[in-house]
Amino acid sequence: MPPKDQNALTEGVYYILIALHTPLHGYGIMQFVKEVSDERVNLGPGTLYGAINTMLEKNWIVATATDADTRKKEYVITDVGREVVQTEMKRLEELLENGRKITGVESDEV
Amino acid sequence: MKFKVYKLFMNYEREEKWLNEMAAKGMHLVDFSFGRYVFEEGTPGEYIYRIELLENLPSSAESRAYIRWMEESGVDCVASYIRWVYFRKKASEGPFDLYSDIDSKISHYKKIAMFIGLIGGLNLAVALLNVFIGLSVGSGGYTYANIYISIVNWILVALLLPMFISHIRKIKTLEKEKLLFE
Repeated sequence: MPPKDQNALTEGVYYILIALHTPLHGYGIMQFVKEVSDERVNLGPGTLYGAINTMLEKNWIVATATDADTRKKEYVITDVGREVVQTEMKRLEELLENGRKITGVESDEV
Repeated sequence: MKFKVYKLFMNYEREEKWLNEMAAKGMHLVDFSFGRYVFEEGTPGEYIYRIELLENLPSSAESRAYIRWMEESGVDCVASYIRWVYFRKKASEGPFDLYSDIDSKISHYKKIAMFIGLIGGLNLAVALLNVFIGLSVGSGGYTYANIYISIVNWILVALLLPMFISHIRKIKTLEKEKLLFE
């Protein structure tokens, strides 16, 4: 269970966790994040390496069997990881909703 | 065609800039050992180079895992020297930066600042010691040999100090950024 007062995730970590709803290796994660963010988020391999190791320690993700063809290690999200993402999505929704309510600006007007 | 260039850099950032300028002209680094750069001629601008300081020697299990990770991510490790490694990636795959968020940039710069600080501090200690020995020996009518020897260490201190300060500044700037941005 992620704590109730879970801190904000970095956008890199948020996107990595989303990406890992299907098993992927490092390069696959980078490609996915780049594509889904329309090339805005470009994860550095050094940053991604550190993030993956920390998330493995926290049991947000696990390493699955190595890809037989490429011998690359693949990762996938755990139940703990899914809860972390859901908590973060709720937080983001709150931010967006309050922003819209108070500024009166809808996202498609920006 | 391969060719060698002999050159010494104290500053890895200038070195990285030079390697990228060479790559832009179609000269790609393929090997390095102390002061000796081996280039291979190829398509101009094919690769982007980055230099990194590893936490452990390249032969350690941690570093080997990291380098293997890099290679799986489309990054070649062309050379290593003590704890420094030379990475390159095809420019056609987009921009190449090792670190993409503020936290990992800070820890990257801290690692290097500590390395520079350690070497600089050691040289400062040796320089001071030699001046002290030189003065006490020289005052007895002997030569001031140790003072002359200390010049080498003073030069190293003078070269490393600005690098150390610039890294501390970078860390400070990033930490300020962190108050506002992720």
